[in-house]
Amino acid sequence: MSDVVEKTLTALPSLLSLDSHPGSAKLSSTSKLGNLIRGITELTSKHEEEKLIQHELLAIKEQVSSPNTTMMKELMVRSIYCEMLGYEASFSYIHAIKLAQQGTVLEKRVGYLAVSLFLNESHELLLLLVNTVLKDLQSTNLIEVCMALTVVSQMFPKDMIPAILPLVEEKLNHPKEIIRRKAVLALYKFYLIAPNQVQHIHNKFRKALCDKDPGVMTASLHIYLQMIQENPEAYKDLTPSFVTILKQVVGGKLPMDFNYHTVPAPWLQIQLLRILSLLGKNDQSTSEVMYEVLDESLQRAEMNHNITYAILYECVKCIYTIHPKSDLLEKAAKCIGNFVLSPKINLKYLGLKALTYVVQQDPKLALQHQMTIIECLDHPDLIIKRETLELLFRITNGQNVTVIVEKMLEFLCISEDDHTTIDLVGKVAELAEKYPLKYNEWFIETMNTVFSLGGDMMQPDIPNSFLKLLSEGFDSVEEDRKLRLFAVNSYIPLLRGEPGKLPQRFLQVISWVLGEYSHLREDLEPAEVLSLLAKLLDMKNSSSETKSWVLMAMTKLCKGGADASVTQEVSETYSSSLDTVLRQRAHELQYLSQDPELRARVLPRGSCGNFAFVSEALAAGAAPYKPPHQRQEELDQSKALSLEPYGLSLPISMSSCSITDRQSPTLLSMSSGLSGDTLKLDGIKRVWGREGYLAQREPVEEAAQVEVPSPIQSPGRQGEGDSLHSQTPTQTPTPEPEQEKQQLASSLFVGLASQSSVSLMGKSEPMPQRFRRKAKGQGLGSSFIANEQISSSLISPPSAVDNLLCNNLLDSNNASELAEQTSQLSQSLTTANGTCHAEAELTESDTKGCNPALRRDNCVVAAGPGPHNDPGRLTEVCLDSYLPAELSGLSHSEIAPLCANQSLNLSACHVQKEDSLILVVFIMNSSESAIQQIPAGEVTSYSVAVGQYSLTVKRPAVHVEVVGTVSYQLPAGTSQSLQFSYKVPLTSFIRPFVVSTEEYGTMWLSFSHDTKQNLTLINDNQEPLTATLNALKKKLQLHVVEVIGMEGIVACRLLQDLPCLMHCRVNAGWLAVWLRSPVPDLPDCLIYHCQRALQSL
Amino acid sequence: WRRNHRNTSCVIMSNNMQFMLLFSRQGKLRLQKWYVPLSDKEKKKITRELVQTVLARKPKMCSFLEWRDLKIVYKRYASLYFCCAIEDQDNELITLEIIHRYVELLDKYFGSVCELDIIFNFEKAYFILDEFLLGGEAQETSKKNVLKAIEQADLLQEVRYVIKPPWEQ
Repeated sequence: MSDVVEKTLTALPSLLSLDSHPGSAKLSSTSKLGNLIRGITELTSKHEEEKLIQHELLAIKEQVSSPNTTMMKELMVRSIYCEMLGYEASFSYIHAIKLAQQGTVLEKRVGYLAVSLFLNESHELLLLLVNTVLKDLQSTNLIEVCMALTVVSQMFPKDMIPAILPLVEEKLNHPKEIIRRKAVLALYKFYLIAPNQVQHIHNKFRKALCDKDPGVMTASLHIYLQMIQENPEAYKDLTPSFVTILKQVVGGKLPMDFNYHTVPAPWLQIQLLRILSLLGKNDQSTSEVMYEVLDESLQRAEMNHNITYAILYECVKCIYTIHPKSDLLEKAAKCIGNFVLSPKINLKYLGLKALTYVVQQDPKLALQHQMTIIECLDHPDLIIKRETLELLFRITNGQNVTVIVEKMLEFLCISEDDHTTIDLVGKVAELAEKYPLKYNEWFIETMNTVFSLGGDMMQPDIPNSFLKLLSEGFDSVEEDRKLRLFAVNSYIPLLRGEPGKLPQRFLQVISWVLGEYSHLREDLEPAEVLSLLAKLLDMKNSSSETKSWVLMAMTKLCKGGADASVTQEVSETYSSSLDTVLRQRAHELQYLSQDPELRARVLPRGSCGNFAFVSEALAAGAAPYKPPHQRQEELDQSKALSLEPYGLSLPISMSSCSITDRQSPTLLSMSSGLSGDTLKLDGIKRVWGREGYLAQREPVEEAAQVEVPSPIQSPGRQGEGDSLHSQTPTQTPTPEPEQEKQQLASSLFVGLASQSSVSLMGKSEPMPQRFRRKAKGQGLGSSFIANEQISSSLISPPSAVDNLLCNNLLDSNNASELAEQTSQLSQSLTTANGTCHAEAELTESDTKGCNPALRRDNCVVAAGPGPHNDPGRLTEVCLDSYLPAELSGLSHSEIAPLCANQSLNLSACHVQKEDSLILVVFIMNSSESAIQQIPAGEVTSYSVAVGQYSLTVKRPAVHVEVVGTVSYQLPAGTSQSLQFSYKVPLTSFIRPFVVSTEEYGTMWLSFSHDTKQNLTLINDNQEPLTATLNALKKKLQLHVVEVIGMEGIVACRLLQDLPCLMHCRVNAGWLAVWLRSPVPDLPDCLIYHCQRALQSL
Repeated sequence: WRRNHRNTSCVIMSNNMQFMLLFSRQGKLRLQKWYVPLSDKEKKKITRELVQTVLARKPKMCSFLEWRDLKIVYKRYASLYFCCAIEDQDNELITLEIIHRYVELLDKYFGSVCELDIIFNFEKAYFILDEFLLGGEAQETSKKNVLKAIEQADLLQEVRYVIKPPWEQ
């Protein structure tokens, strides 16, 4: 269809040759309008056009005022045309109203149209239309009624609504659905402009909702959407009705007329989805009613058409707004994936928008699409870029803030749109203010950029809150001093350069800061600052507001003596200024500079004058000032019940309180959802930055650096560690740009995977499950391990049985060849948890009493009769002696009996080798007769066969369970099997991982699975951090990479080469541990063992 | 809050269209419909800025753009640009389909619509628009029903047109 349109429109010849065109023939080409249009197109200059139109308007004016013109309709159309071209034809407004009033139906139609185009609802002439509308509403001609309702739905004087309301209401009962529908829309308009006027007819809305015509019902939903938005509680009872309607629509129960390109009533669907999301928000029981139909909508909308995507988008939004349901969320997340990955730019944009919406609830979703997001960040279309920044803004935390702000500032430099600039500058300032203490210099530099780019457009409160932050400071006096000094240092060169180019607001900030804090810089003479400031006064473009800031700063700085000449000159100049404020400031400057004593009293250094009074009052017990909106909010809160059960009762550390308190409460609610864990990070020294570990790059200020001897490692291990490192997934060679992107990704999305952010969002139980969802590897981010496993428990159900020795069993040829042999023994090892992978040791061990019947290629070593013939006395101790020689030197676990029957006795132990874990199974024949095993051979009476299996872990679990079967044949020919299982703690698979701090830093960023927990510290005589780390090292074979002050980094690996990194920090009597690994569940399992290890001490 | 945040978390506005503009590739306005009360000066300024912005866009670019605090959804059909302004929380895709349905309606009414049809019969284009969108909301999405309503009104006009002149003259 659209193709047809495109084709015909393309075939359009130029405007000048239009006489022959069929389109123009439809309307008389000789008409005056036609002439006008043609006349205009023939003109070449704007001036000529103006002349022609003015001439035309004069002609129209003349004709409309003649008493009995029959041309009114055409004249009106021509006026509309002139107005569209941008020429005023206000003389025709009154005629439009007259035409609507007195004309025939055909004229009325044009009259109404002209009125709706010319006037807006506040125009006084509109009052003259009221009577016409009244008359037409009562007309028996349906078309007249329709016209009246149409104009009423577009514009109507608010005060006159009561006059026509009864008539419109009456139309709700009209037999024609088109009239009913228009009446509903008129009421909707009334509701929007004057809700209290239509309050009494709410029951009529319900009637409209139940109208037998779907069109009328659809129209009524506009009103309901509005009303529910204002007060969802009042309409909860309608939820089942809305759900039923949506179900019917989705199920295709509406007449075909409502289809749009075979999709049933998309507008209606979208309207309903919006209503449902309002109703289900924060309401579990209501949400439950709609899960089914939402699921259905997601499924039905499969067709690849824009309109289905529009519905899907609304559906996803709804699912993420209402009370969460995990499988729906999963489907919705998948759906967002389709959007984001779509090659169609419009869909991609909408995908980003949806992501922006949902990351507020689930920041991890951004992780899944990190590579796409990075690509979008470089997209040539600015709107895509802009939306990506919006998304990043919502996932900003303490770790990625610098990178994100950098990206925003980059965008600001290329953006030309004022609105975008204002918006982005505000966001950058917000982020910078949120994490100021972490990076002093960064904060000041960022704010400098904000002030220079934002110029005088930005919101005035940005400089205000910046100054407030600077003056109030944070917890540490030293840090405050540094911050202020840095600000001073950065401003001096700016003033020495070209201050004329700086925006006024920035100059005001600079003056204030210099006035307050330039004394912090000792090598800076006040005289120099004064002369720099005085220069600002002389600049032509300095506003008088700026000048007054400068004068105030000078007042604070002048000390008399050498400065006197500058200040004297300035104050003389401005004491005769016409601006009273400037005059006042100049006089202040004059008097205070001459009287140092008075100055010291009025402007005491350090406590920035204005606040001194406040702090004194506060100290005396006065209530702190709260801005009006906060007071109002608190008032509301005290009235209403808190609906968020856990949102507010979280332990927030003191430092974060002091920071958030300064912000308005809205900001707190804005940021708390996102910054989650980062709140707690405030005030922590920056150790890991976007380039990784920063120890070497930043001077460590704290003296508490403890040199910890690296764990005793054999040189062999050291080498092995290195080789291991080179095998880690991130190290796989990737093309250069790709690597860059990945680096960007890791710096942008750092900190998102942490689960602690969940708790701060005030949402409850179902969240963790959602957070478990991991990347469905798009093959882009190599830091992701494709893993679709969703499990919230650490112990997963048995799955993926690896039958190791199936070769042995399936060698049926072998078996038939050896048919004369009577007993068969075979083994198969399987693992519970689906996590363990055992390999048969193929080495032939020369255990004592080696049986000649031993088959070469078998793992099972049959041993001859042991020294102890009595099976009853066969203990573990003596089994020790059966250990293969190459293992006997290594430490092994206790040999544990596994199971036994009348003929076989199974025991096992595991031996930790450097690079593997060996499971040793002892099979002892406790019967009188020999047992034949194929292909392993025979185990004679009272002898022991030993099997060795090398185990590796595929998917970590707290305990790895190995399940095995021994199948054998007794001489009698009966085949039997014996099953056993053996549990190995995960710790047996853990080995130290020797890395350098630098390597650690790079790896840290690339690992996507993580967990955080607080552990108890060991408090013996030693320093607690070292003591705890040493204990963990001893128990779990971890490698302590480095300890700096209150932080330590530890590394280990899971056999064979799956690394896991651990970051420990002492915090308020706890050891805050953060584990990261490329392997899912490994951090969780390891933290369990750490806990156990520390508890057992 | 102070910085005019897009508060996507709670407010879902109705899909209220702010205005619709039709203009040619040469930047000539062909149709304008304002659903929010604005002064003429403001309207002119918006039109001028938007026409400029949209015409500067390249063909493969996104059909949406941010403009002031609004979202602009536009689509080009041959020589004509259809351009709607919606609020940020609104659904851009459905707005794109509203444009498309309007084009379909015009096409059916005029029979292979072209820019000239709209230029010379712009009041008809307005009638169709008013029948399809009322106060910025889609009121009747069925092609058949919209055109039926228009044709009924047209018929009345034409009948009177024919019948009236002899009596009046």
